[in-house]
Amino acid sequence: MQRAKGIEVKSVVVQVAATLALAFSFTTVVVLLSGEPPLAAYGHIVAGSVGSWLKVAQVLRVWVPLVLCSCGLLYTFQIGLWNIGVEGQVILGAIAATAVLRWGAAVGAPTGILSLSLLAAMGCGGLWALAAGILKTRGGVNEIFAGLGLNFVAVGIILWLIFGPWKRPGIASMSGTEPFARELWLPTVAGWRISPYALAAALGVLVLTWWTLKYTRVGLACRAIGRNPHASFLLGLRPDRWMLVAMMLAGGLAGLAGAYQVLAVYHRLIPAISSNYGYLSLLVVMLANYRWVWIPPIAFFFAALNVGSIQLPMMLQMDSSLAGVIQGSLVLATLVVHGWARRRQRAS
Amino acid sequence: MHGKRVWGTWVLVVALVGALLWPGMATATDEDFIFGLLLVGPYNDRGWSQAHYEGGLYVQEKVPGAKMIYIDKVNPADRPGVTIPQLVDDLVSKGAKLIIANSDDMKDGIREAALQHPDVYFVHVSGDDALSGKGPANLANIMGRMEYGKMMAGFVAGLTTQTGKIGYLGPLVNEETRRLAASTYLGARYAWTKVRKQPEDKLAFRVTWIGFWFNIPGVTADPTQVAQNFFNSGYDVVVSGIDTTEALVVAGQKRKEGKKVWAIPYDYAGACETAPDACLGVPYYNWGPGYVRLVQAAKSGQWKAQWLWLGPDWSDMNNKDTSAVGFVPGPALSDQARKALDAFVADLGSGKVNLFAGPLYYQDGSVFVEAGKTASDTDVWYMKQLLQGMEGQSSAQ
Repeated sequence: MQRAKGIEVKSVVVQVAATLALAFSFTTVVVLLSGEPPLAAYGHIVAGSVGSWLKVAQVLRVWVPLVLCSCGLLYTFQIGLWNIGVEGQVILGAIAATAVLRWGAAVGAPTGILSLSLLAAMGCGGLWALAAGILKTRGGVNEIFAGLGLNFVAVGIILWLIFGPWKRPGIASMSGTEPFARELWLPTVAGWRISPYALAAALGVLVLTWWTLKYTRVGLACRAIGRNPHASFLLGLRPDRWMLVAMMLAGGLAGLAGAYQVLAVYHRLIPAISSNYGYLSLLVVMLANYRWVWIPPIAFFFAALNVGSIQLPMMLQMDSSLAGVIQGSLVLATLVVHGWARRRQRAS
Repeated sequence: MHGKRVWGTWVLVVALVGALLWPGMATATDEDFIFGLLLVGPYNDRGWSQAHYEGGLYVQEKVPGAKMIYIDKVNPADRPGVTIPQLVDDLVSKGAKLIIANSDDMKDGIREAALQHPDVYFVHVSGDDALSGKGPANLANIMGRMEYGKMMAGFVAGLTTQTGKIGYLGPLVNEETRRLAASTYLGARYAWTKVRKQPEDKLAFRVTWIGFWFNIPGVTADPTQVAQNFFNSGYDVVVSGIDTTEALVVAGQKRKEGKKVWAIPYDYAGACETAPDACLGVPYYNWGPGYVRLVQAAKSGQWKAQWLWLGPDWSDMNNKDTSAVGFVPGPALSDQARKALDAFVADLGSGKVNLFAGPLYYQDGSVFVEAGKTASDTDVWYMKQLLQGMEGQSSAQ
């Protein structure tokens, strides 16, 4: 057991290193071809993401939603589902939170309204995931297609709300809704750029996810069904039901991330409210080899890249799309390395 | 396997060493004045953002010690998860003493950032926080009186159209875009009725909004398609109100197909270059002089939370050092139209022609400017609807 764990840790480290090497050698070539200094570029990214407490706080601000989504995805990956609909679940959470805040702004008691909006976001995200789950278990629709379809629907709904019923008075713009009053922002400490409540919540969710997956019936069921649905059915587990539970847990946490984007980051609803954190989280979890323990550092690395890459256009006048090249090649490298790892696994 | 691990270690070491060795910004001397510029689109968009970028270069040239740091594509579609206060933190940590935000879309973010950094000066372009009193003392606003530029654009469109149908490619609907579309219409109507002596009801002026300042695939309407629809349905001049050059690009393509159509781009003095043979001219902003004024105010401690709405220099509206807005006639403009334009500009400058004189009505028939009166600055700034005679939506449905 101890040895198996050691090998697994080693394989994750090797995979991460290989992905980085592949992605960064590719981007280094791109940077060199564009005639810019790659060392300086990477230096700026590092300094721009962990160079000061302020930067770290900014990275943590991105880390929170990534961790929330990734924890949720652990349940669905464990049970063998590819919950690509996580993006739409984030959006639905953001919509639900906004709905509660809009309604609650008139009612008063900010703390109550904020808590209610978090609950609504989890509920809505969960239900949106449940829809994909039911399509899978009852309709026989592959969860990837169901999830992607529902993502499109979610984008449609958010665009309609922003341009229609929730527009700013006299204005028709995709900029977003009217910002919320300050008492409806997630409380933070003066001078901080990250809400300590959000940080605490993300850590809490991490611990809770670990505990649930390791020690509870939910975790046991997810793992058993993920490994062998037929055997687990014979053992008296109902894969259908547990899949719906896993989907709802994932959707709930994604919804929470959506609420965080509204309450703590943008303070209003915008079309790009999810910031692609759902898709990014899928990569985080894949790169973490579906192990919770690797999620915090990998999410931190991805968040640091997001935050630090803004230094490139700012300091080197590198065409701003180069930041996207780094992220894009990381995505590709992840896929390549995963394929390579799986083939090795099968071979051994 | 071993090789890959070595590779990974290498890259990590290189990244870390690079960070340590990188000298960072050269330390600012007393003379240096670093200012930041947040651009909503690409710095080379041949439109709104490029005009600002060149304004920043002008400041570097004119103010000794001034140094610009800019970030472009500052919008949630291009940079997911990035917020204005976050970028302002970055710019301030690089030593920026004044920060210019060039988009209406940044209004809330820049106000939040200005509160977080009371010792840094902020300029929000096109906003009115300093006018409405919603912003803190370190936040000023600047805008050009593009109404004049748009009147000229409308004027040449009205002179040139052969079908009597002018299309306006609008961004999103707000007070700014309404007053600019309305100014274009007033210029077109003036040319149509006063110069060409055509009946007013034979002029069609349609505004189609795409939903944002530029194309965001899947979110906004596609400006290329909107422009094509205009040209395909008998509109032979399209006036652009968006940050980018789609209208002119499409007009250039249609010309190659043999259609007699024209377009008028917007924002940037060099915009006609994209398709010169279809370009009737471009109303543009010249941000340099206004920026210099604000940077010098901040540098010398004479800062005020002022709201600047800067007009053209009527003696020479294309003077780089004095005029905040201008109009460059395009290669496609006929000589006759060019002469008429010169006369029109002279009349605007002398005050002989005021297109914001009543009676003017909103689309729903209510009065915008009473007969015998002229609209004040705030009347124009806060225009509530499109004007009677224009087709298209005045606000969200």
